[in-house]
Amino acid sequence: MTGTILSAPDISRALTRIAHEILERNGGADRLVLLGIPTRGLPLAHRLAERIAEVESSFDATARCGSLDITMYRDDLAKHPTRNIGATKLPTVGIDDAVVVLVDDVFHTGRTIRAALDAVKDEGRPQSVQLAVLVDRGHRELPIRADFVGKNIPTARSERVHVRLTETDGEDAVLLSDGGLRDGSTTGGTA
Amino acid sequence: MKHLLSTNDLSRAQAIRILDTAEQMAATQDREIRKLPTLRGKTIVNLFFEDSTRTRISFEAAAKRLSADVINFSAKGSSVSKGESLKDTALTLQAMGADAVVIRHWASGAAYRLAESGWMHGSVLNAGDGTHQHPTQALLDAFTMRKHLIGAQEGPGAHMQTPTGNDLTGLTVGLVGDVLHSRVARSNVSLLTTLGAKVVLVSPPTLVPVGIESWPVEVVHGLDEALDRFDIDALMMLRVQRERMSGGGSSFFPSAQEYTRLFGLDGDRMRRLPGHAIVMHPGPMNRGLEITAEAADSERSVIVEQVSNGVAVRMAALYLLLAGEEDAQ
Repeated sequence: MTGTILSAPDISRALTRIAHEILERNGGADRLVLLGIPTRGLPLAHRLAERIAEVESSFDATARCGSLDITMYRDDLAKHPTRNIGATKLPTVGIDDAVVVLVDDVFHTGRTIRAALDAVKDEGRPQSVQLAVLVDRGHRELPIRADFVGKNIPTARSERVHVRLTETDGEDAVLLSDGGLRDGSTTGGTA
Repeated sequence: MKHLLSTNDLSRAQAIRILDTAEQMAATQDREIRKLPTLRGKTIVNLFFEDSTRTRISFEAAAKRLSADVINFSAKGSSVSKGESLKDTALTLQAMGADAVVIRHWASGAAYRLAESGWMHGSVLNAGDGTHQHPTQALLDAFTMRKHLIGAQEGPGAHMQTPTGNDLTGLTVGLVGDVLHSRVARSNVSLLTTLGAKVVLVSPPTLVPVGIESWPVEVVHGLDEALDRFDIDALMMLRVQRERMSGGGSSFFPSAQEYTRLFGLDGDRMRRLPGHAIVMHPGPMNRGLEITAEAADSERSVIVEQVSNGVAVRMAALYLLLAGEEDAQ
């Protein structure tokens, strides 16, 4: 199966549903903090925060949303050319005793999230950490699961998942290809 | 990048990449837990043939913050004082599995020799070789200037903008003092020029290197003249080395007092700088000689900040040299 898996309206509906699921699970947005993992987790975290703010008027979307770069916590640094380090910008309210929701685009091996958990641990001590992803493509290599999933997509290991977002790529779409497409958008190969 | 030997070797893009990486490294140094696991399992050797406290502890702190193992090797009290050659020292370090060697040597070119000889496999970082180069010092100076001066000129509050991705175009930097013997000056001239800044050297005629005409700089022989002719954004005072001062037939200027009168930075000269200008010094300072206490301790002085920026810049250099896949660098 190749081609478009999620269209722009599909992505929008999935994010709206995840926003409500996050609120339901946590009984509101009192101690909620969203951390997007660069590159494409970050705009997704902002979109989720905006949707949560629409429902919960007390929720400040900009003060509760941050970015968490995990480059320096990766376990595969020595297997790739040197990566550029992205910005980590914690929400102004901090993450101590907060309910942190990590946000990423593609959930694949689980190694990115393992690195993110290590990074969170060095930044503070949240009350709990949850995980929201737009696409879960399977093939986990670590005992890690997502709490909120936009869409489960059964894939073969050789296939590539490309998430394209307006903020970074000019359009909203999730594409599946057999590995030939190389345009720099997220492949989920290391996610 | 495999080695960091000279700022001459750095392209504009490479220099900006180091500064941008240092920006992220500096951000991690404000947290409660400042240690990162990035270079776990790597071994970094500080190989110091010349006395240096601040550069060595700065590299040591940078390596430790990235979880690398650090071995300090100083020539004093080691086999080098028994006559061991640089080659045999390098072979020993190779056998111990050093992933990177930070070398400070009294001979210009020692870092190149170590890097190009094939004696050892790891990366080489030049921490100062003779009167030649001191690249991490120039990088931390550029980092400090960029942080204070880029984006800050548009108006109040603009300095909150991130300088990431920018060079130093539009800045005028004054380097004051002994350019002839200064590796800090040489490293700064080439890096600042690469990054688009204009460099003014302020130095006694006896302490200007031969062939200065070919350097991309302006040269003046008095600090007052420099302050009159140029709008200086960053003024960097170089250390006067005691052994270059008066005494015997080898002196480069008649007296310390005369040097201070013509080239020293005091409060009055400092107030003639533009309002946003910063005062820098690579340290260690001779208070009362090239800089007065009033200037060194003023609000414009970023001398202490240069030290903490040094750790971030060295973390960035170690990360970029050591973290990635070896063949792909």
